[in-house]
This record gives sequence, structure tokens and C-alpha cells, in this order.
Amino acid sequence: MLPIIFVLPLVQLIILVNAATMEMKNLNVIVVDQDLSVTSRQLVNRFSASPFFQLSDWSASLTEAEEAMERGKVDIILNIPGNFEIDLVKDNHAEVQLLINAINGTVAGIGYSYAASIIGGLNRDIIAKWYHIPKNAFTQLSIATKPSFWYNPELNYKVFMVPAVLAILVTVIGMFLSGLNIVQEKALGTIEQINVTPIRKYQFIFGKLIPFLIIGLVELAFGLIVGKLLFNIPINGSLFVLFTTATIYLITILGIGLLISTLARTLQQSIFISFFFIMVFMMMSGLFTSVETMPNWARSINIINPVAYFMKLVRTILLKGSGFRDIYNELVALIIYGFAILSLATWRYRKTE
Amino acid sequence: MNRFWGFIRKEFFHIFRDKQTLLILFGMPIAQMLIFGFVISNEIRDVGIAILDQSNDVATQQITDKILSSGYFLLEDNLSNQDEIEKVFRRGKVKEVIVFEPKFERNLVRTGKANVQIIADASDANLANLITTYTNGIIHDYVNQKNILISKPMQIVPEVRMIYNEQLKGSFMFVPGIMALILMLISSMMTSISIAREKEMGTMEILLVSPLKPIQIIVGKVMAYIVLAFINAVTILLLGNFVFGIPIQGSIILLLVECMLYIILSLSLGILISSITDNQQVAMMMSAFALMLPVLLLSGFIFPIENMPQILQWICQIMPAKWFIIIIKSIMLKGLGISYIWKETLILIGMTILFLSISLKKFKIRLD
Repeated sequence: MLPIIFVLPLVQLIILVNAATMEMKNLNVIVVDQDLSVTSRQLVNRFSASPFFQLSDWSASLTEAEEAMERGKVDIILNIPGNFEIDLVKDNHAEVQLLINAINGTVAGIGYSYAASIIGGLNRDIIAKWYHIPKNAFTQLSIATKPSFWYNPELNYKVFMVPAVLAILVTVIGMFLSGLNIVQEKALGTIEQINVTPIRKYQFIFGKLIPFLIIGLVELAFGLIVGKLLFNIPINGSLFVLFTTATIYLITILGIGLLISTLARTLQQSIFISFFFIMVFMMMSGLFTSVETMPNWARSINIINPVAYFMKLVRTILLKGSGFRDIYNELVALIIYGFAILSLATWRYRKTE
Repeated sequence: MNRFWGFIRKEFFHIFRDKQTLLILFGMPIAQMLIFGFVISNEIRDVGIAILDQSNDVATQQITDKILSSGYFLLEDNLSNQDEIEKVFRRGKVKEVIVFEPKFERNLVRTGKANVQIIADASDANLANLITTYTNGIIHDYVNQKNILISKPMQIVPEVRMIYNEQLKGSFMFVPGIMALILMLISSMMTSISIAREKEMGTMEILLVSPLKPIQIIVGKVMAYIVLAFINAVTILLLGNFVFGIPIQGSIILLLVECMLYIILSLSLGILISSITDNQQVAMMMSAFALMLPVLLLSGFIFPIENMPQILQWICQIMPAKWFIIIIKSIMLKGLGISYIWKETLILIGMTILFLSISLKKFKIRLD
């Protein structure tokens, strides 16, 4: 077990932190230019000049292009019909077709808006050229938006994943170890030996709790050091605040583990139940996909999700340097939660079957 | 052969007598599917924002209204000076502050240019990226509407078709991934734990001294779980179809055959894990961490593989789930036949054979 406890954080930190990025890659565009006119070529050039698109191929026919999309080689087909230029000049209206692979809806939506702005830009320039209007005389309104990203100006995903991985580490170690513990004693029969001792129920629960609490905190410290050395993550908040929060959180999560442990009859059951809760808690905590992208009912469920609290707290403490005053509400919620869970676990633990 | 059937029946009894575990086995995938199918998405909703309007004119009011009525954002606070930004960020409810420059409308009308600053709390970088993109889009939209009044003589109209997913539903992306995850976990965890349990309880010795061959023991062990996992696969497909509206464009038979192949692959992985360890707890930890995290992260389920560093991309190639997700998406969403996915299928078959032969080799006739 010991190697798992220390190898795990290293592996998790390295893999998770590097894998978890939502940055958009270049979208592969295949061009079907049936017009082969000056204008159509201009349009294609604009696409190839854009950093957002990667012009991967030319194709003579639409069927060929569609085949490439089915094989997953391209994301967007830019189909310029014949007579494109003639239509534009004669009818003042010409169409280009964009076929976008929309299995990943978000990427498709963003890709479309970029494509539309390229086409719009070309459109403006063409009008300017044909009507001999100097470009700057165009009375187009524009609003310049300047995004700035605080606490992580380069949107470095590592900075934001490392605290999350730390939270996961503490959770997984805490909940699995404690979840398995009492059941294992049941399976081995040693629980009966403890049951016949004069030890009180709460003493038993606390005795189980404290070693795991220490392991969890050591794990956190270890992960923090690795994160600092390997990824140089910022530690803006006070370590005291961080570890106090972690202690409160660990007590809660260990309480849940012990509760499961007292409820389950076999090891297998305990494993599946704790596994289920860890998965659900983790996925809903905002680890991979932000809480803000979840429907409202899911956000309400998060009120009873301790991982969601801790995930948020670790990130705010480490990255924003929040102090006790900023995170007061969440802390109080966690304390109440931990107290309730531990009482429940103590109450559920029966010395006699 | 009779002995073999007896062994298989014994395995089924093992599973079906334990009602609680059975409930977990069938209930868990359904619950997970429902939860994740609804929860995992990349579409933002009701993100808390604050506005610092130094101009307070018609244009800023219109833009603010447009942003707030989009459904993406929720006004948490109106700020009056720059110093308050830090404060609201630290409390954590506000994820984005929109700052309008003074004399915004005057600048817009007179010079044709005005400035908005979008400050995002990037301690959650993914979200920051998403919300600034959305906000940008809304402001662009506003400008475009204003500009439409200026008539354009020559129009190039982009006509767009969103292929495979016309309504841009997020679930199309995630349900195949969830399926790969759940099948892998259930199948490999169940087998590895069940074999480890026989070892721990000492019943493995009894099996080994029986005239059953190692291959028969393994096949017998796996048979029961194949049935269970297959029922799970069908349930997930039905849920995906009826609850999340994911079509099955291609052949259902091909889809089920591929699911079966993936299940067998996961089971052989489970056997491999249990041949390495003798302990239920370690078997569980291994299948949980050696399998769950890679499937989640390195299969293209949530995070696109193309963005990862090269080394990780190579590691992704040996993830069975990656290939399975490609297969499922091709069959279900694109409606493709075997001629498009034979390569992926062959890879899965190859992996299965590899895992099975390793575990057969490692399967010890004698206990230490």
C-alpha cells in the first residue's frame, strides 16, 4: 500500500496536469473549390492564413471531401460552388457552404464563428474594392474587447490543474483507505476482537480517523512539494489556511468512508459504493468541467458534495490567496458536514450485530 | 465438459446470490450515465459576473441587457471602482468582470471605436476561456446588429451545416466516452476482484486441484461477467438513445459485436490485473487507478488528444478506450460500416489476444 500512496501522486500529477487541457487545436479544413476564380482563391488564401485553420487538403469533388470527413481526417469542408464569383458580381449574392463535423458541439460552434468572420472580412474588402471606397472610410462600428485573465494571465492549464489534482489525491486516499478499513476488519474477523474490548464507539471511530488524517495531510504536503518543484505552481495563500481547510475536509471525507465501511457487509460492496461516490463527487466537483457548465439541479446537489467545496477552496487559496474571511461560508459548511457525518458513522457502528 | 458447466453455474450463483452487489452492478452504471450525461458539458449556464460601468449610457445598458438575457450569465454585483474587482474575485462568486470605459457611447458614435475590458478569474482556466469567448461573441453580435443598417451591396452568405449533430448537443461527445468508461470499469474490476477473492479466501486452491484446465477456469470466471457487462452495455445504449437522443445511425448488430469485443478486452485486462496481485484491495486500487484515470483522461473522452504533449499522445495510442470511442462514434453518429473501422477493430482484437496470452502465461497452477 505504501508505494501506491507515494507513487500515485507523482503519476497523477504528471499525467493529469499535462493531459487536461481544453485549448483548441487547429481545425483541419478541406477545400472544394468548384469555381477556381480570383475571388474563390482569395477566400481560400484567407482561410490558410488564419492561425485557427489548417488547410489540410484540396479536393475535386464534394463526395471525396465527405469521405475524408467520415474518416475523421478533416473537421470542416469549405465548399465553394461554381459560378461563385459570377453570382457575386451579377446577383450581388453568392453562397459558400460550410460543412462542420459537429460531434464536439462547442468546437463546431466556435469554428463556425471564426469561419464566418473570415468570410465577412473578405466580403468587406471586396465591397471596398469594387466601389472604390478607401477601407478606412467605412463607417463600421467596432467595439474592441480586451480580455485579461487574472491569477493566471497566460491561461496556463497546469497552474489550475495542480491544485485540483491535490484535492483529488487527498480525497481518493482518504476515502478509499477509510472505506475499506472497517470492512476489512470485518472480513478478517479482527473486528470482534476490538468489539470485546471496553473501547467506546466514538473512541473507535476517532482511533480509525486519526492515522488516515495524518496520511492525508502528509500526502497533501508531498503533492504540494512535487507541484512546486515540477510545475512551479504559485502558492499565494497561507499554508496555514490551506492545511486547516484540508484537515476539516479530510475529517468529513474520512467520515463518509467510515460510514460506508460500517454499512457494507463485504469488501466488494464497500469498494463499489465508495467507488461510485468518489466518481460522482469528483466529476461533479468542477475538476474537469467547471461547475458553471452544469445544470442547476446538479449545482444544488453540489451542496452535499464535499469534494466540490474543497476543489474550490484549494484553488482559491493557492491561486488567489484567499484568507479565512473570504472562504468563511464554505468552511462553516464543511465543519457542519463533517460533524454530521462523523456522528452518523459513530451511531451506525454497532459493537454487537 | 460437464465439470466446466458446473463451474460456470457456480460463478452465476456467486453473483446472483449477492443481491446487494447485484443491485450495485446494475444500478451504478445507470446512475452514472444519467448523472454524467447531464452534468458533463462545455456549455456555460448562469455564470456569476459583475459589471463596472464607467459610462452608464444607452449603449452600455443595451450590451449589458444583451449579455444578461443570453442565459449564460447572471449579474452578481455592480461595481463602482477598479479596487472592488479583486475583492469580488476573492470571494469566488463572480467569475468575470466586464469593464466599460468612460464615455463609451460617445466614443462609439464619434470615432466608431469603443473599448470593453473583460476580466476573467482564470484560476479556473477552462472556464475563463469559455466565458470570455461567449462574452466576446455577444458583444460582436451587438456590433453586427448595429452595422447591418449599413447596407452591403455584395453579399457572401455562408451557409452552414452542422454534420452528425445538428443541434450541437454536448451529450453526443460525452455519452460514448461514458460508455467506454463504465464498461471498462465494471468488467475489469469485477473479474479482478472476483479472482483475487478466491485467492484470498483460499478457494482458489480447490479450483486448482480440480481437473479443470487453467483456460477453463479463466473462461468460466469470465463467462458470467460477460453476460452482466453485456446487459450493462445494452442498458447504456438504450439510455443514450431514449434519454439523450443519441441516434444509432449504423448497424446495431455491428455495434453490439464491437461492444462485446470491448467487454472481452476489459475482462482480459481484469484477469491480467488479478494474476499480478493476490489481494482484493490492491486489485481494486489497481483497476481503479490504472484504468479509471487513463480512460478518463487519455482516451479523448473529455480532453482532445490532439492538444496533448507528444509523449502523452503516444501513450494514448495504447488505450483501448480511445479506439473503442472512435468505433462507437463512427457507428452511432456517423453511421459507418466495418470498412471504415476495421483498423480500430483489429487493434482491439490484438490487444485482447495480448492480454489473454500474458495472463494465461502468468496464471500459476501452484500457489506459493
